[in-house]
Amino acid sequence: MTRVMAQLAMVMNLDKCIGCHTCSVTCKQAWTNRAGTEYVWFNNVETRPGQGYPRTYEDQEKWKGGWELNRRGRLQLKAGGRLRKLLTIFANPLMPSIGDYYEPWTYDYDRLFSAPVTEDTPVARPRSLITGEPTKIKWSANWDDDLAGAPELAPADPVLKKVSDQVKLEFERAFMFYLPRICEHCLNPSCVASCPSGAMYKRSEDGIVLVDQDRCRGWRMCVTGCPYKKVYFNHRTGKAEKCTFCYPRVEVGIPTVCSETCVGRLRYIGLILYDADRVAEAASVKDEKALYEAQKSVMLDPRDPEVIAAARASGIPEDWLEAARRSPIHKLIFDYGVALPLHPEYRTMPMVWYIPPLSPVVDVLRETGHDGEQAGNLFGAIDALRIPIGYLAELFSAGDPEPVRAVLRKLAAMRSFMRGINLGGERDESIPAAVGLKPEQIEEMYRLLAIAPYAERYVIPKAHAEEGARLEELATGCSLDYDGGPGMGGPFGEASGLPAPVAVENFHALKERQETDDLDRASELRGRVNLLNWDGKGTPDGLFPKRKDKS
Amino acid sequence: MNALDVTLWMVAPYVALTIFVLGHIWRYRYDKFGWTTRSSQMYESRLLRIGSPLFHFGILVVALGHVGGLVIPKTWTEAVGVSEHAYHLTAVVLGTVAGVCTIAGLAILVYRRRTVGPVFTATTRNDKLMYAVLALTIALGLAATVMANIVGGGYDYRTTISPWFRSVFYLQPEGELMASAPILFKLHALSALVLFAVWPFTRLVHMMTAPVGYLTRPYIVYRSRDDQRGSRPPRRGWEPAGRP
Repeated sequence: MTRVMAQLAMVMNLDKCIGCHTCSVTCKQAWTNRAGTEYVWFNNVETRPGQGYPRTYEDQEKWKGGWELNRRGRLQLKAGGRLRKLLTIFANPLMPSIGDYYEPWTYDYDRLFSAPVTEDTPVARPRSLITGEPTKIKWSANWDDDLAGAPELAPADPVLKKVSDQVKLEFERAFMFYLPRICEHCLNPSCVASCPSGAMYKRSEDGIVLVDQDRCRGWRMCVTGCPYKKVYFNHRTGKAEKCTFCYPRVEVGIPTVCSETCVGRLRYIGLILYDADRVAEAASVKDEKALYEAQKSVMLDPRDPEVIAAARASGIPEDWLEAARRSPIHKLIFDYGVALPLHPEYRTMPMVWYIPPLSPVVDVLRETGHDGEQAGNLFGAIDALRIPIGYLAELFSAGDPEPVRAVLRKLAAMRSFMRGINLGGERDESIPAAVGLKPEQIEEMYRLLAIAPYAERYVIPKAHAEEGARLEELATGCSLDYDGGPGMGGPFGEASGLPAPVAVENFHALKERQETDDLDRASELRGRVNLLNWDGKGTPDGLFPKRKDKS
Repeated sequence: MNALDVTLWMVAPYVALTIFVLGHIWRYRYDKFGWTTRSSQMYESRLLRIGSPLFHFGILVVALGHVGGLVIPKTWTEAVGVSEHAYHLTAVVLGTVAGVCTIAGLAILVYRRRTVGPVFTATTRNDKLMYAVLALTIALGLAATVMANIVGGGYDYRTTISPWFRSVFYLQPEGELMASAPILFKLHALSALVLFAVWPFTRLVHMMTAPVGYLTRPYIVYRSRDDQRGSRPPRRGWEPAGRP
């Protein structure tokens, strides 16, 4: 009997990314605008070719993230086994420094106002948020945005280095694209496996990978264990933090902040069912190039009656099974076969997949004076343009050009088939046939990729209905507001103590506070009696509001 | 034995140990979020890579040595045929080497903390107090060992200090044993008591959660959302059904 688990997954359509960084900025405002996380971007957008953030994180010979096969063909952490991890715990040799990310800064804005009258306009100088000293801005999370400084910086791109020299030159002339990245919420997370205290875990309901802030002891092994470098160290609190897949939002059925605010509407969220018992086996496939297919083989068809029966036996609720059947992710990975995993060779079984961009190929065609929308030209170019294909293959299929080529041919087919319909009304059915799809499938795919409304892009089942009331409390309170958490101030002050649930009595208290003129009446939020628990005997303290004045 | 000796060797140990135990319980219950190493490796790793392993491995050997010297009675080691001379030689050599490593590591770490800007900024007053007490204890311990062996030709603490240490745990403290010990050993023990008393309130708590469980747990940890029902236990009368 297979152990079926559900996983919330994301697909990003790179052709539609305009590199506006709205996802990064809104994510930062929501999650990492606190002291200690100034340098942290749970979501970042990289220009490729480029070094990425942190610099050259994809060079696993240097950083040793993810898994590898040992001599006996068994899966082991690339950074070494358990004992080795414990022996290097006092000074982790693979830990990125703040300089590998960038030194965050602010500006002396006050100077603009406080400077005495002079001939020169006062200047707000940059100041390091790490040392507090004046600093020079030399790097950032997107320093090489839009290929800025590319002749100098791009050659250090670890992916570009893997593509051969001749390819390199042509490539730099040819194109660029954007790669938005969040945590991959892997099926086989090496960060979780690296955590000595067992504070990191994968949620068994939805597969979201989280850090238990109460159990994290700051050993920093997760930071180095993740090959995508998507676990960060909060240098103020001494705890690891990472992308949460906006769990308080997805639990109530709304998409992550990065998806919600995506200008290009290029993100899709949905469920994937997978066989948890086969993950390790699939991640141990010998040939790196077979990992893409291996990962697909772990995922289950939500329409298969056997899978449905097994999923029910594993305790997955009906509404989740229904959501899995409607999942845009499953369609993009299986029905249309256009989504690919990022760096499957890390053997972590990542669950944020990408539709590789066709636009670079179109750009090259157009530059050479050809019709970049015509199927024949596009197919020819996809076969001929070794450079972009090679680069994309290093990102999405461990260097095997075939999966990338197949995806791009499908995208090209969709482009020219739909152009035919929209311009001339003619349906050239030979085009879909050339990529092994039916015309209706192409039209469905076009709908999903180009015009799908919100509810089709984000199919997110709510967390269990019977837990609704409690989750409502979770989603409306601050998730960091727990006892001792960063959102609270200890047993002093208004926000201290355990978070108050949303309930009748504090609803009224809040209303009262908002309408009152007295600041000190804010204290009445505390010490009130929960009428739902009151046994009706006597008049406990706080049953009635305090008299305003005793005169 | 005068009143001072009684206070120092019969009362103070219990005060320190009580604070040590209750402090940890209190900290664990109310400040799990603050229970961390607060590593500063992000800021600087060149000096840390030398200083930190030197200090930590050194102090681990020192700690093991203390277990061997204080907890295991002299009669036991002699019963298995280890002569006082053999024991003493091993203890002094191993202890001095480990102590020097620890002190050197600590010196590097303190130097780093003072000179590397971001690390110094991240140093709290609590850290400074902890460093002072820790450094004092280690220095006095090393000094006591070295002095006793170079100047005095060896001191058998296993006839005085060790029985006193054990007697504290039998709840029959034999203060007079300690009152006769050399001054450096006395100071070392006193500073250690202070260290134990401040321990639960400093970053030293990270030692209590040394991740030895990592060696045996499965690699991938799955946890159900139900494990943590919201951020607090259900109120009385609101526990979900299905639990006895």
